[in-house]
Amino acid sequence: MIEIQNVHKSFGQLEVLKGIDLTVSKGEVVTVIGGSGSGKSTLLTCINGLEPINSGKILVDGVEVHAKSTNVNALRQKIGIVFQQWNAFPHLTVIENVILAPRKVLGMGKAEAEAIAEKQLRHVGLGDKLTTYPSRLSGGQQQRMAIARALAMSPDYMLFDEVTSALDPQLVGEVLETLKMLAEEGMTMICVTHEMGFARDVSNRVAYFHKGIMAEIGAPAQLFGDPQHPETRSFLASVR
Amino acid sequence: MFETSLTAADFLFLAKGAGMTIIVTAISVVIGTILGILFGVIRVQLGAILSAPLTFFLDIFRSVPLLIQLVLANAFLGMVLKLQLSGFFVACMVLSLYTSAYCAEIVRGGIDAVPATTRRAARSLGMTWVQDMRHIVMPLATRVALPSWIGLALGVMKDSALVYVVQVTELLKSTQILITRLQEPLFLLLICGAFYFIISFPLARFGGYLEKRWSND
Repeated sequence: MIEIQNVHKSFGQLEVLKGIDLTVSKGEVVTVIGGSGSGKSTLLTCINGLEPINSGKILVDGVEVHAKSTNVNALRQKIGIVFQQWNAFPHLTVIENVILAPRKVLGMGKAEAEAIAEKQLRHVGLGDKLTTYPSRLSGGQQQRMAIARALAMSPDYMLFDEVTSALDPQLVGEVLETLKMLAEEGMTMICVTHEMGFARDVSNRVAYFHKGIMAEIGAPAQLFGDPQHPETRSFLASVR
Repeated sequence: MFETSLTAADFLFLAKGAGMTIIVTAISVVIGTILGILFGVIRVQLGAILSAPLTFFLDIFRSVPLLIQLVLANAFLGMVLKLQLSGFFVACMVLSLYTSAYCAEIVRGGIDAVPATTRRAARSLGMTWVQDMRHIVMPLATRVALPSWIGLALGVMKDSALVYVVQVTELLKSTQILITRLQEPLFLLLICGAFYFIISFPLARFGGYLEKRWSND
């Protein structure tokens, strides 16, 4: 379970998260929507400790992410994150990208790591690209590789930060299909996205962020069908 | 008809000088590169303000002519500190620091060229700072830095000709000794130049080979 309790986060003078409360249970898929600068991506990087927070608490399975005593590297092993820019390691082949962390962080043997990597790469449809360098892949393929790379660590939670925003329109579908598949398999996911159709079809709950505040959260049918907050209404009207 | 008084023994004398050039260069480039990586990483990690003293120290080695550095270091170590150091030791020490000052800048540029987002992805997988450095940053930075580093190594090899001022008889000094004796400057300098070329060529080719291999990535 991920528990976010009254989290405040500023970059210098700019307060990007103004007291966020959100609990995500095991197996749940929560999508976060909202305009740019609403703080939704920052929240994800705070959850796995890549960004410090100013006040409040984030607990992952009861462990406080930002506590000094927390081994954040160990914690990150169970929280996979995939970014807007897929961030392939360009000097490594596809399979080397995927086995690196299991080998070095989990101390797995080469054969075992390769078996897992191959399984995950097949899972995301890259079974025939194992020895290819990332520069020879399309954006959609690189993004799916990044997903496989995160999955190879067998995370309990997956965070997706606008994973389709940097892709050509015709490549968005293949990545969303991969996310859908993971959701159907019961992966606990928080997805920041601009894909309203995806949010509606896949999530258990949709949260709308506005200027650092979670203005509204609810089941997709409710949030898209009958938004309560005026900001949610005007946002949804603008993206339709 | 071309005639020369150069004997086989003279030629061996030149080869010995070339050997000294190789040894001084190799020691200085290896130590200078190790120190340069260390200084470069420190500069990136500490940021401009905290690393200012180090930057200043390295700037001295980059801006004062090597000849002056060698003479002053030799005088300071010998006359002020009263250390009994060989010219060879002083030459390697000064040339190593000189190399490290340039290498630190090359390393810093290479590390800065690795996108922050790539490093963030590595850390998000649970990799520690050291693992990120070892498996992501250094391999990528090396690719960026290699051409400059090859240039530096070749430059140091040629700059090593100046260590004659601390009584180290390397290739150019050996040539000058023979010129004084044989009075055949053009022929001897031609041989000397050929030696320098033979020493440099493999390194330059090796750099080219690595660049070509890495361009597949």
